[in-house]
Amino acid sequence: MTVFGLRLPGMSSLILWALLWEVVGRSGLTFFIPPISEVFLTLFGIIGTPAFTKALTETGYAFIGGVAASIVIGIPVGILIGKNRLLDEMILPWVNIFLSAPLTALVPVLMVLFGFGMTSIVITTTLFAIWIIILNTRAGVMQINRSMVEMARSFGAKPLEAFFKIYFWAALPEILGGVRIGVIRAVKGVIIGQLLISIVGFGALFELYSSNFLMSHFWAVLIVLFGMAFSISEFLAYLERRVAYYAAKR
Amino acid sequence: MKHRSLFLKLLSALIVFGAWEIAGRIPVSYAFPTFLEAMQALLAMTLDGTIFVAYGETLKPLVVGVAISAVFGIGLGLWIGLSERFDWLFSPVFIVMQAAPLAALIPLLVMAYGIGLTSKVFVVCIMAMPVIVLNTSGAVRNTPSSMKEMATSFLASDRDVILKIIIPAASPVIFSGLRLGISAGFIGAILAELKITPTGVGDIITYSRSIADYPSMYAAIFSIIALAVIFLNVLERVENFLFAGNNRGYASD
Amino acid sequence: MHQTNRSFDHLQEIVPPSAVSVRNVSKRYNDVEALRDLSLEFPRGQLTSLLGPSGCGKTTLLKIIAGLIKANSGDVEVNGVKVEGPGPDRAFVFQDFALLPWANVLRNVAFGLELRGVAKSEREAIAEKYIRNVGLTGFERSYPHELSGGMRQRVGLARALAVDAQVLLLDEPFSAVDEQNRRKFQEDMLALVQNEKKTFIFVTHSIEEAVYVSDQIAVLLPRPSRVSEVIRPTSFRNKDAVNIRRDPEYLDIIDRIWASLRNYVE
Repeated sequence: MTVFGLRLPGMSSLILWALLWEVVGRSGLTFFIPPISEVFLTLFGIIGTPAFTKALTETGYAFIGGVAASIVIGIPVGILIGKNRLLDEMILPWVNIFLSAPLTALVPVLMVLFGFGMTSIVITTTLFAIWIIILNTRAGVMQINRSMVEMARSFGAKPLEAFFKIYFWAALPEILGGVRIGVIRAVKGVIIGQLLISIVGFGALFELYSSNFLMSHFWAVLIVLFGMAFSISEFLAYLERRVAYYAAKR
Repeated sequence: MKHRSLFLKLLSALIVFGAWEIAGRIPVSYAFPTFLEAMQALLAMTLDGTIFVAYGETLKPLVVGVAISAVFGIGLGLWIGLSERFDWLFSPVFIVMQAAPLAALIPLLVMAYGIGLTSKVFVVCIMAMPVIVLNTSGAVRNTPSSMKEMATSFLASDRDVILKIIIPAASPVIFSGLRLGISAGFIGAILAELKITPTGVGDIITYSRSIADYPSMYAAIFSIIALAVIFLNVLERVENFLFAGNNRGYASD
Repeated sequence: MHQTNRSFDHLQEIVPPSAVSVRNVSKRYNDVEALRDLSLEFPRGQLTSLLGPSGCGKTTLLKIIAGLIKANSGDVEVNGVKVEGPGPDRAFVFQDFALLPWANVLRNVAFGLELRGVAKSEREAIAEKYIRNVGLTGFERSYPHELSGGMRQRVGLARALAVDAQVLLLDEPFSAVDEQNRRKFQEDMLALVQNEKKTFIFVTHSIEEAVYVSDQIAVLLPRPSRVSEVIRPTSFRNKDAVNIRRDPEYLDIIDRIWASLRNYVE
């Protein structure tokens, strides 16, 4: 938007919202919304505390574990079903089912099978992230131009060589898109897992703050979490844009 | 060819459920019933009607929440898509909401609105709303300008352009946003029942877990996932039928 | 019409031996018969066009020669060796260029050599020579999306030349190139055939283009696919590139081909 001929940057309206928040917080309208300045003060206060560091490392561990598993399993599976019609017809329906299924319902099963610990949360995160990565990788592999495949063959590329030099790169824009959406889902998955299992990471922290009515602590953690989730997704979007120049011209 | 696809689907279902059955028989865990046991439990729950009562309870916040999200989400999305000013003001909020794990708000909602229906409706709304808003506004903004110019050149008023060009052109994407919103709403509804208070299907899951009646627990989970998947699939079919040939393919999540 | 025919007959010339022989090749796709019992000889060191309306199977034939598609029956021999699949004796130029969008011009041109395991410095030296030959000096570090259609096809051509195959297969190479670039390309093709001593097989649907660049034109007709005639222009082949389009034989051949093709155009 432009004001007085000045172009306002994309996310600048968030400042306006923060001001509104501050006003609502100061007016004492509701106990649940403390002024944002207070929230930020609390934020700097708790950022180094052991409880926060512990929650962050635990969450980070589960998140990275889940995302790594989804990428390591998801991309090869996606390539496999993109290249093999029989496997595609057998596996694709399941991928679609799990993509749209309310995976929250599976968390209790994971809890009884894998206990109330890190394993369950890592698996929850993986389950949230993996399906879209498989699906997008498959789409990326399937859109590879026929003449690109013929080019590889006519110049005598061996299958492995063709894969690493051509197919992977040709499918990269879609794969990155899948990873970006998968990572956003993983953030949600890791938090949902922690909320339901609630004795580790931010789940435990939320429980602690809300039961003690520490509102500004609660919001501070939320802001950190939202900020991190948003930064991760923007970073991946940036990577995606870096390969976008050839996505349209394959 | 059609038979081949169906046959392979059945075969793969058979393999997966067969693997479940075998894993249950070994058993891989004391808490892992066989497929047949789970199906028996599901049948029993269906016959004595508990499952229907439970779904009545579970679907209440889902339906109310999705209805609210649809009305407000589409309205807001149209507004954002049409007005640059509102785009600037509201889009960032929804973009952040879309990327953020909003489930973290649940403890706060419980404190503010208690453990009743209101909180659960809220959970469904915060899960479903962002994707509906973003899809709608994106679709409106991406209406091909040649179509709008065509209408203007034939002397259409602004109102005509919105009603006769923009909304029809955007409706496939709005509809798929709605579908994604419902999908997220399902996650919210179940999350609410598991996290806030066990009611409906969440109650069956929690209760049967506490008395170690694992077949019933698995049956309830199986049924809710199956219900969600079937419902969303039907919606997708409806979408493909309604907007056949109009599918501009718009990826959003 | 009769006159032109006679004028071809008395100008018998010596046809070089075949580099590529296609013998009784048939190809079916499910119910569709793409090629039926097709035989054709491609003289060494010359350019042969496969010309015909869409659906006559000319691209199918080219891909069978390339080894990208298997024929249902019949043989293809390149320099006396039966074709079983793609091989280093043939190089392909694609209609849509098939360049690697993530690689610059230098790597794209060297890509065929890269797949053959040629060392980096060596293959880049070769690539640079051919980049110069096709007139792209200075664009070595550019990416395909920064080039025009004509320049991209020059990259595709350089890549095919760089692997030094005896037979070059070109699948409608100029159809995605704008008209003026195409004319320049056609002129360059004549010089290339002269200088490179390779056998060119050139698929096109443009009659003018085929007659302009070819030593031999095979007119293919559909339903069923067959070689309807093989024309060898004689009088203008050694003329200057700019004078060909004015040559009476050039114009006569174009008319003659159009007369036989026009019934097959929907």
